[in-house]
Amino acid sequence: MGDKKVYRVLIGKPGLDGHDRGAKCIARALRDSGFEVVYTGIRRTPEEIAMAAIQEDVDVVGLSSLSGAHMELFSEVVDALKKHGASDIPVIGGGIIPEEDIEELKKRGIKKVFTPGTPMEEIIKTFRELCENK
Amino acid sequence: MSNHPKYKEWEEKVLSKVLARFPERKKEFKTTGGLDLPRVALPKEIDDEYLEKLGFPGQYPFTRGVQPTMYRSRLWTMRQYAGFATAKETNERYKYLLEQGQTGLSVAFDLPTQIGYDSDHPMSKGEVGKVGVAIDSLADMEILFDEIPLDKVSTSMTINSPASILLAMYVAVGEKQGVPREKLRGTIQNDILKEYVARGTYIFPPRPSLRIITNIFEWCTKNTPLFNTISISGYHIREAGSTAVQEVAFTLANGCTYVQTAIDAGLDVNVFGKRLSFFFNATTDIIEEVAKFRAARRMWAKIMKERFGATDPRACMLRFHTQTAGHTLTAQQIDNNVVRVALQALAAVLGGTQSLHTNSKDEALTLPTEDSVRTALRTQQIIAYESGVANSIDVLGGSYLVEQLTDKIEEEAFSLIQKIDDMGGVISAIEAGFIQRQIEDSAYEYQRQIETKDRIIVGVNEFQSKDTVKVPILKIDKEVEKRQVERVKKVREQRDNSKVEACLKRLEDAARGDENLMDPILEAVKEYATIGEICGVLREVFGEYRD
Amino acid sequence: MNIEQIIKGIKERSPRAIARAITMVENGDVLVEDLLSSLDKEAIDSTMVFGITGPPGAGKSTLTGKIVGYCRKLGKRVGVIAVDPSSPLSGGAIHGDRIRMMEHSLDMDVVIRSMATRGRLGGLCASAGAVCRILASSGCNPIIIETVGVGQSEIDIVKIADVTALVSAPGLGDDIQALKAGLMEVADVMVVNKADKPEAQMLAVELNEIAREKGTEVILTIASEGKGVDKLYHVMEKIYLENEKKGIKQQKRIEYRKKEITDWVIEMIRSDIEKKIDSIDTDLDKDPRVVASKVASELKDVLLN
Ligand code: B12
Ligand SMILES: Nc1nc2c(ncn2[C@@H]2O[C@H](COP(=O)(O)OP(=O)(O)O)[C@@H](O)[C@H]2O)c(=O)[nH]1
Ligand SMILES: [Mg+2]
Repeated sequence: MGDKKVYRVLIGKPGLDGHDRGAKCIARALRDSGFEVVYTGIRRTPEEIAMAAIQEDVDVVGLSSLSGAHMELFSEVVDALKKHGASDIPVIGGGIIPEEDIEELKKRGIKKVFTPGTPMEEIIKTFRELCENK
Repeated sequence: MSNHPKYKEWEEKVLSKVLARFPERKKEFKTTGGLDLPRVALPKEIDDEYLEKLGFPGQYPFTRGVQPTMYRSRLWTMRQYAGFATAKETNERYKYLLEQGQTGLSVAFDLPTQIGYDSDHPMSKGEVGKVGVAIDSLADMEILFDEIPLDKVSTSMTINSPASILLAMYVAVGEKQGVPREKLRGTIQNDILKEYVARGTYIFPPRPSLRIITNIFEWCTKNTPLFNTISISGYHIREAGSTAVQEVAFTLANGCTYVQTAIDAGLDVNVFGKRLSFFFNATTDIIEEVAKFRAARRMWAKIMKERFGATDPRACMLRFHTQTAGHTLTAQQIDNNVVRVALQALAAVLGGTQSLHTNSKDEALTLPTEDSVRTALRTQQIIAYESGVANSIDVLGGSYLVEQLTDKIEEEAFSLIQKIDDMGGVISAIEAGFIQRQIEDSAYEYQRQIETKDRIIVGVNEFQSKDTVKVPILKIDKEVEKRQVERVKKVREQRDNSKVEACLKRLEDAARGDENLMDPILEAVKEYATIGEICGVLREVFGEYRD
Repeated sequence: MNIEQIIKGIKERSPRAIARAITMVENGDVLVEDLLSSLDKEAIDSTMVFGITGPPGAGKSTLTGKIVGYCRKLGKRVGVIAVDPSSPLSGGAIHGDRIRMMEHSLDMDVVIRSMATRGRLGGLCASAGAVCRILASSGCNPIIIETVGVGQSEIDIVKIADVTALVSAPGLGDDIQALKAGLMEVADVMVVNKADKPEAQMLAVELNEIAREKGTEVILTIASEGKGVDKLYHVMEKIYLENEKKGIKQQKRIEYRKKEITDWVIEMIRSDIEKKIDSIDTDLDKDPRVVASKVASELKDVLLN
């Protein structure tokens, strides 16, 4: 027991977006790198994702959105976590996100944002670093 | 040419009839250098194996194509999928596309519309008009097709769970334009099964969904005989990560489910069978794709004839739309995408597609800009008018490699279909998670290959360069949602609400019983009932599917 | 959050505190014993623990979600532990069970937690037992444990439960055979889910034969539509109450308690054993079994003195 800490992360898809290929690939890649991944499926509200993250006591929340509603939805997840006293859980995101939106998302509390073509390795590394620094 | 009696028979019985109705585009077709191009090249010896496996174009088993003249009579329909913001903006884009020589329309709806929420529903927040056009009621649909004569264009609508409602709206707009239902041409996607495994815009559970689909088949046979009642789609399955074999197998297995359901409901396979259409993906792997299209045609013909007893050859034809593979397009070095799309479009044409959407080079950035859509359309026009591949039929037929791959894909796809049948059919296989798992496994494997460079993606994991050019992208104004929300509220104020309520009540009763839902939906639509209200009633009766 | 806040938070039903407490158990936090000693014994004793097991795809998560919904209608606060296997290669896991229970995510009286087996076969029972006690102390009653039941190791997990339902469904193929071979024994109730499919009747008849010998009931459910769920709940509750009256429940719990203690002990000395073995000369001439015997007898000497 307690030999090595197992990191727990959540992969969520807020809003109506159904593009789950990337999210599922990331979930699997994380699993294959030793993470425990809670995948909450498509079509969730930000509040639902935040509550799941709290109950599952995850170390990082990763959000995926490819249908253009990331501005509203990503920041609402951050806000909902804050509302429930869990602003210490870092939130990162990815998907189809125009460059100029990335700066704004970071201002709103999204730690990092990844766009298509990012190697999985880099994504996993980011998750690991955030988990370790928590 | 050939003197084989079967060939003569084909010329007389099949070809001549079609030539009379659809004369070829030119008197003679020649290569650039002036050599004659045969309509369809044949082997020196026509033997039984040839006849059984390939036959002649426009004849069972349709391996070489569904029409005897193919593109020599009519080129494929060039149909760019488009829709964004409100009906007004999208209407403008359609008119632009038609001016540029596009020959059919293809409507992309926003996600709230596809999932049956009005623009002012809480779940719609931030999503209105973002990735397609927002339609709440007939009022929006009237604007969408303003000044577009519905008797002249054919319209494809990517709509699934609420397909019945959008079709009803289309019929209603037609009536307002004075176009009778019988003359409307187009396609509704209406393919719910692939939504559960690959596309995600489901609303109701499988069984009531299949009932609605069957209602549509039945109603359309009587009311809109020129409308394709379904587009059985492998495109999304492939985009979700499947292999080519899985794409064919799962699509045709879905097709079997729809056909069986319709037969069970007492419909005539020879009648509704003719209105089924398909939708496939074209990736850059040209040869595999061409083999896939040919295999799919042959398989479907066999399925319809042998499994479902169809006797009308036209009910055995697999007619399909193709879209080039979005997932192959990259956010890096986006000009490379133009080349990829050209190769993919070529594969679709070599495979005998009936209509085609070519993706734009900014695919991996946002919805395409007007400029990038134009280049995508030009790509098709170059293939059509400059490449010469449209001047002869099934030009790769007879290639040892293509024939071998065609056989292989057929064999493997049939064995996968068998596996699904053994599980009790598609719905059982979905409920056991089998199909989803197969797709996910393939997607993950594809990704792994990219990570390990087993698969090279130019500009992404090899031959990278620093992109410094700033690409103009299409941005949907925040005001769009506000305006649309106000619009739907106003529609609800201005209509006769007691009539709407009566219509919705009638719809509810119909849904609880076994009456065809199309007429009650059409009535409700004409009174400006919204999509959210109509789906709300059906959600109440049928429940919701959750994954 | 410090340990006091967590202990207090559990009583106050704070989702964050409960979640943190569970993580402490999972990670073997140094303060975990302080935490576990503080729990509400009475609540633990009187909380019903239901096990839901069966092959993948049978509908366990859907069913669990619907039982939760039914319990909420009855005004009960519910806890769910959803167990998934860890990958033997990487040690990671994907938890997807929640997807079918998301309708309850905003309900503060539904606590759902996913747990991975983390390669500790017996060990998981230990952790899951402690998690049950945390949930019970936070006022959850009943607690439902969902676990994939295909092999012996998973059956162990179910021993935590006072009442276990074995879920099967038509269209799962070979899994049903495996089920018959092993899992039937542990079931207090048998559920044939997906009763909307005609083949379900056949399966029910088949299972009924086996069930009759054992005196267990076979219940048909359509989890996706919530049908049969109320009945299932009441049957499980009835079995619980009867077993409680007859003292069977208490007996089971005592047995489980011993097992849990054993598991913890083995878990706790495991690393010492590993260290010991690292340090000795693992004589290449001798068979590993022979070496083990020697090490074990040395350890026993130490233990028994
Ligand atoms: C595949 C695909 C589909 C498939 C989805 C299948 C599935 N089950 O996932 C299908 C065909 C069904 C589909 C449908 C639609 N699509 Co689509 N689709 C794509 C496409 C071509 C590729 C996406 C993909 O899977 N890539 C492969 C995966 C591995 O990459 P990825 O998801 O981008 O993930 C990477 C990064 O983004 C990042 N990442 C992503 N998520 C996360 C999360 C975290 C936590 C982290 C750290 C990183 C991260 O890491 C990954 C690895 O590098 C894109 C265009 C493109 N080339 O990107 C359009 C695209 C996303 N689709 C688009 C649209 C509009 C639609 C539709 C809405 C069209 C319509 N009107 O009906 C529908 C609706 C679907 C729905 N229910 O939401 C638009 C979105 C436009 C926008 N945002 O402005 C795009 C951009 C195409 C376009 N230019 O028009 N689509
Ligand atoms: N037809 C039918 N499908 C069901 C029923 N219950 C669950 N399902 C479906 O079966 C699949 C697997 O369900 P899930 O709860 O995840 O199974 P688990 O792996 O046992 O937890 C999902 O697609 C559910 O929608 C039912 O009663 N009838
Ligand atoms: Mg489950």
